[in-house]
Amino acid sequence: MANSWKEWEKPVLDLEEGVSKLKALADKETDAIKREALETRIEEFEKRIENFLEVRYSRLGPWEQVLLARADPRPYTLDYIQTLFTDFTELDGDRRYGADHAIVAGPARFNGQSVIIVGHQKGRNIQERAQRNFAMAKPEGYRKAIRMFEMAERFRMPVITFIDTPAADPGVESESRGISEAIAASMLKMFELTVPIVSVVIGEGGSGGAIGIAIANRVLMQEHSVYSVIPPEGCAAILWRDPAKKAQAAAALKLTSDSALELGLVEQVLKEPFGGAHRNPAEAAQIVRDAITTHLTELQKLTGEQLRQHRYDRFRAFGHVLGP
Amino acid sequence: MPLRKAQAPNPNFIQCKGCKKTLFVADFEANLRVCPNCDHHHRLTWQQRVEVTFDINSFTELDADLYSGDPLQFPEYEEKYLQAQTKSGMKDSLVTGTGTIDGQLISAAIADFHFMGGSMGSVNGEKVARALERGVELQCPVVIFCASGGARMQEGLLSLMQMAKTTAAVDKCRQNGIPYIAVFTDPTMAGVLASYASIADVILAEPKALIGFAGARVSAQAQVLKIPDDFQTAEFVLRSGMLDRIVHRKEMKATLGNLCSILGHRLTAGAKS
Ligand SMILES: [Zn+2]
Repeated sequence: MANSWKEWEKPVLDLEEGVSKLKALADKETDAIKREALETRIEEFEKRIENFLEVRYSRLGPWEQVLLARADPRPYTLDYIQTLFTDFTELDGDRRYGADHAIVAGPARFNGQSVIIVGHQKGRNIQERAQRNFAMAKPEGYRKAIRMFEMAERFRMPVITFIDTPAADPGVESESRGISEAIAASMLKMFELTVPIVSVVIGEGGSGGAIGIAIANRVLMQEHSVYSVIPPEGCAAILWRDPAKKAQAAAALKLTSDSALELGLVEQVLKEPFGGAHRNPAEAAQIVRDAITTHLTELQKLTGEQLRQHRYDRFRAFGHVLGP
Repeated sequence: MPLRKAQAPNPNFIQCKGCKKTLFVADFEANLRVCPNCDHHHRLTWQQRVEVTFDINSFTELDADLYSGDPLQFPEYEEKYLQAQTKSGMKDSLVTGTGTIDGQLISAAIADFHFMGGSMGSVNGEKVARALERGVELQCPVVIFCASGGARMQEGLLSLMQMAKTTAAVDKCRQNGIPYIAVFTDPTMAGVLASYASIADVILAEPKALIGFAGARVSAQAQVLKIPDDFQTAEFVLRSGMLDRIVHRKEMKATLGNLCSILGHRLTAGAKS
């Protein structure tokens, strides 16, 4: 069982190292024939990398998907905000207690149209991770989100949320300031809106922390993201008293994008470049952009009340219930 | 051969889970399963809850036959589910229906912790949603007794979606002016607390009930940070402003009846018969 996505990418990293060495050689080579030979080898290597990624990534197991969804070079919410939107102005205040940087939010333009963005934000280095609390939002984060949703309603702006959190903050402070109420109130607010809402799971869709800002008319998942009621480690610990059985738990929980689509709980799985979004962030972003554009265009044909009813109907139908 | 034959427990006595004192079952039952010595509120089955809450013979169970079909083919789920059904006589972890309190019609949902820890899967969520919507349909207040360790892992993402589904149903009540009262009983945790439970119009709790979002991780942290002994209890949550009132079991029926009749003053079915 892998402990990091880097383990199965080792052959790729070796090949990539080979490529850069060959490239350095080719650059220095003055003999045209020898240089051509080197360039042919480089092409061969690159083809092999591509083949490897294509094959390897088309058969990742659920646990490997979890590792990839958590992989630190993956594009985060702010990366997508930067590539897909213009004129984003981040707004911090929850007007209640404090600023929470595990969720970023604010108005921006999408294809020239005014929208509100809310998304979990992970950190790239130790400092950032601490500042962002590993994208585990506290009550303040959800209360800031509620403010944004209210503003979207007031000014008739569609809402786009990005989901990427291991969980809501489980700390003592969050508990005493009402993390449960904050999540529930955020969901309730989203149900009330009469503007279109699109949510995109871009990494980890971690339980209540995720769904707290994912009450959308359309929920999309990137190919290598996951969406789960509990982290596999937690599930394994509770059910089998053995956190090491996390791979089994990941399989049992059916937390991959394919499974979510199969269960009818998301509308679309967004393909990622071979090897994951981080291998070609621009291409990944383009796919996300096209999908959001399509879904927003469709949703904007509905009236406000239809949108609200649609959201209600969408979630009301979820569940596997038998009997008369 | 076992060396010591296990002693059959004397059916006339029971040990208090709070103070460990031995109590007469008759006294204990007469006291609504609250310890006369230390006031510990013992967990109730749904039948016991109905008995202490609703007018005699007024409760009618509805949607009794709904059950889950193991949608993920989750390991050991089917066995555990069948076992819980056999042991409890319930189909899933929550019972819904209508009953009256002081003659006033109430749509109710009662979770039973004895069935798989009161966990919320598809059936639990569906019944909560129906109980809330029934309030709208019958124009009567809704009362939900919560008791749950959280979402049911064995139904994966479908269980997580029940948080959204039940929240949607609360929205329906709000849009239609239907009062909804939640009662947190021991324990009310995680996915249930972070959805329909925490957005009730009025939130009551039984004394000392365990109430919290996170489990073990918090406890570990709690030992490091010096936090109150009563962390994640009803008393702590009340001080935090996240619930409205702690109500002794003896007072619960009267409190609910009063609140429902005052808040439901405009409802046709809310009037006392
Ligand atoms: Zn006692």
